[in-house]
Amino acid sequence: MRIRRVGALAGTAALALAATACGGGAEGSGQDEATMVIWADPERTEVLQPFAEEFGSANGIRVEVREVAVDTIQADFVTAHESGTGPDVLVGAHDWIGNLVQNGAIDPVELPEDRLAAFDEAAVEAATYDGRLYGVPYAMENLALIRNTDLAPEAPESIEDMVATGTRLREDGEVEEALGLQVGQVGDPYHMQPFYTSAGGYLFGTDGEGGYDPADLGVGSPESVEAFERLADLGEEGQGVLKRSIDSENVAGLFERGETPYFITGPWSLGAVQEAGVPYDISPVPGFEDGEEASPFITVQAFFVASGSSNKVLAEEFVANYVADPELATALYEADPRPPALTEVLEEVSQDDPDVGKFIDAGENGQPMPAIPEMNAIWDPFGKAQAAVIGGEDPEQAVQTAAEAFRDESG
Amino acid sequence: MFPLYAAGQWLGVGVVAAATALIFYVYLSRRAIPAKYLLPGTLLLVAFQIVPVVYTLSTSVTNYSDGHRGAKEQAVDQIEASSVVRTEDAAEYTLTVAARGPAATGELVFLLTAPDGTAYAGDAEGLTRLEGAEVGPTGRITEAPGYTVIPAGEANARSAEITKFAVPTGTGTGIRSSGFSSAYEGRSTRVYDAACDCVTDTETGRVYTADDERGAFVAGNGDRLAQGWQVNVGVANFTRFLTDPVTGTSFFGILAWNIAFAAVSTAGVFAVGLGVALTLHTPRRLAGRTAYRLLVVLPYAMPAFAMFLLWRSMFNTDFGLVNRLLGTDVDWFGEPWAARAAVLAINVWIGFPYMFLVATGALQSIPRELVQAARIDGAGAWQAFRSITLPLLMVAMAPILVATFAYNFNNFNAVWLTTAGGPFPPDNPMAGATDLLITYTYRLAFGVGGAQYGYAAALSVFIFLIVTLISLVSLRRSAALEEVHR
Repeated sequence: MRIRRVGALAGTAALALAATACGGGAEGSGQDEATMVIWADPERTEVLQPFAEEFGSANGIRVEVREVAVDTIQADFVTAHESGTGPDVLVGAHDWIGNLVQNGAIDPVELPEDRLAAFDEAAVEAATYDGRLYGVPYAMENLALIRNTDLAPEAPESIEDMVATGTRLREDGEVEEALGLQVGQVGDPYHMQPFYTSAGGYLFGTDGEGGYDPADLGVGSPESVEAFERLADLGEEGQGVLKRSIDSENVAGLFERGETPYFITGPWSLGAVQEAGVPYDISPVPGFEDGEEASPFITVQAFFVASGSSNKVLAEEFVANYVADPELATALYEADPRPPALTEVLEEVSQDDPDVGKFIDAGENGQPMPAIPEMNAIWDPFGKAQAAVIGGEDPEQAVQTAAEAFRDESG
Repeated sequence: MFPLYAAGQWLGVGVVAAATALIFYVYLSRRAIPAKYLLPGTLLLVAFQIVPVVYTLSTSVTNYSDGHRGAKEQAVDQIEASSVVRTEDAAEYTLTVAARGPAATGELVFLLTAPDGTAYAGDAEGLTRLEGAEVGPTGRITEAPGYTVIPAGEANARSAEITKFAVPTGTGTGIRSSGFSSAYEGRSTRVYDAACDCVTDTETGRVYTADDERGAFVAGNGDRLAQGWQVNVGVANFTRFLTDPVTGTSFFGILAWNIAFAAVSTAGVFAVGLGVALTLHTPRRLAGRTAYRLLVVLPYAMPAFAMFLLWRSMFNTDFGLVNRLLGTDVDWFGEPWAARAAVLAINVWIGFPYMFLVATGALQSIPRELVQAARIDGAGAWQAFRSITLPLLMVAMAPILVATFAYNFNNFNAVWLTTAGGPFPPDNPMAGATDLLITYTYRLAFGVGGAQYGYAAALSVFIFLIVTLISLVSLRRSAALEEVHR
């Protein structure tokens, strides 16, 4: 009798469980009204919200902007696309394009000529992959040189000039470090790129259409060895200007406390510098006296249409015909001051805030960050080679090792 | 169950139904008493142990990775869809999506306004002039006789149709939509032909043939299209690891360091944890004993993730606290042995409070009279500890030591967040001095070639085998320990 009652109880409980399980499922998918979902990183989510709502109410749909952590948003997007639960629109960096395309996760966007012409040329070039435009750019960023005008009143003409000033200040005991350029234990190719290109090195050659050619790897070429020799000369065993102990975590603090006169960084560091009250000015990252022009990487933030979207007509409309709106670009700029990609808006905001214009000037010689998937295979060994050379290892060997690691990986 | 049903996952529906039926049968029947005890554990074992292992094994024989995720049909669709290029100098149209008949089901028609203001209606047959259309302020047609204008929300519901739809304007060219308010003339430049199982690029004339062993379309000159698909590659992932030149030269070094790391970490946290526990367990009066205990446990209460990053900056050569306090100039993360020492020190600091907690608990359960009796019998403090306290402690601590060892064997965070496996020898950026097997294989599978799940799965199988072997040995050992105490 007793056992039977327990059995019945268990059965009822199980039935109840089964019922709730089914109920939960039906609730989730019972929505008739279309919802367009946008994925953005935390900084942009809030800014996008009112514009998304306006777009939604104009077209009689619900638009939801969902916040996804910036470190994982690309991988999460690909995974979600694969399982069919991805968003309709993605906001992200242009150098994801290669990976997103090979996974079939985004669709090309078609913009009319006149609207395309309103964008900065470099931004459009960056968002173009394999001859097609894959994203609508809204902001672009690149490295520049921020200097402490108390310590270094004049913008340096060359790396030699900058190193001389920095070293003099260090010897006088006014600063601790001659230059604030992050390297870290595994290197930082992004921040080293202006020096590397000025010394004659390149990462990937370009094919006929202006895209990067993975078959033409610049790392391992005689030029790259020469460039690495110049890095070694600035390194720990040389002039002691580039150091592995300066990394992404402490470099900003060094400059903000006035412990280094120069800081090579992007617009993202500007807010903290202003807060610290350091008197500063911005100029392009200089090159070597007898070298090429220093060419930083340009990264572009863009809107992408997810190819797995079930609201594709709306997603396309949003990306192709709505976000290229100057008002939205201005609002995004105000929320997070990165130079806008729309030329008109850029000119407007640089009148109010000359720093923006200076950052854009610093990117004049810039090259878009390669978006090809092959970047993965060289980035890590390339950075480690830089760190090794700065630490005093042989440049030739370091470069060839990185090139070999790339060949092993890409087969 | 409903989501599975909605997605047409009949196998999943079947499994859920079968499991539910089994549960009902076992618990509602009066017989099968042992099954009532065994079933929950068995089901959980299947769900969380066996299924993942089987899934890992089955993934390890595929090329599942970035660029090879989906099925071949998806790759073909995506290749064709992304190959549409706008015709040179072609007109841009303002678009209104309309239908012949009801908006939801009627035949699709694109109502187009050319830049010069001429209105057209385009359907699957082609383009015709449209008379009597009303044009709104933005140039969009708001009304046209014989057509129903589809509002945005409803047009969106027909997304799949609209994005595929093209108004033919010539050989291979068509007017396609870009959103619901603009359209352009373009043509698809890459076409898949099932007969030859190949994709032809009409611009360059190049033919990409499907290679079902690689899961990609490959041209005669070796060029391949970016979009690939998932295929079975047999044991290729396993042989790739075994024949990897870096693995060949560094595998045993990494394994040796991995075992040393786990062993020294375990010994370290045990020694420090027990030492501190013994100190605070003194029978003498100790003011603020609880406060001390709380302080000691603090590292355990703080998120290890942040602590690793903090320690990393403390070991910085030029700006780190460690070098400044000691007055040294050690390149902590640049020299192999210094880096190993630093990682171990950090890991012991993070790990000892747990051992302290366990040891304190175990010490309190050992009656003090036993030690007192030994002391009266003439044993020194050390001998009393060696012969009385420690053996009694080990009864509680031995299994925890085994678990700590196993945990540290795969302690990814301790290495990845501090040294990232480095320093790396100048001739080898793939295997660093502090790399554990798990960080080394993570770098191989995810660090350099995008996400390579197939390869990662094969690597996990190897690690699984190694850990199994070590666990077997250590279980034998701990069984031997229990034997002693029985």
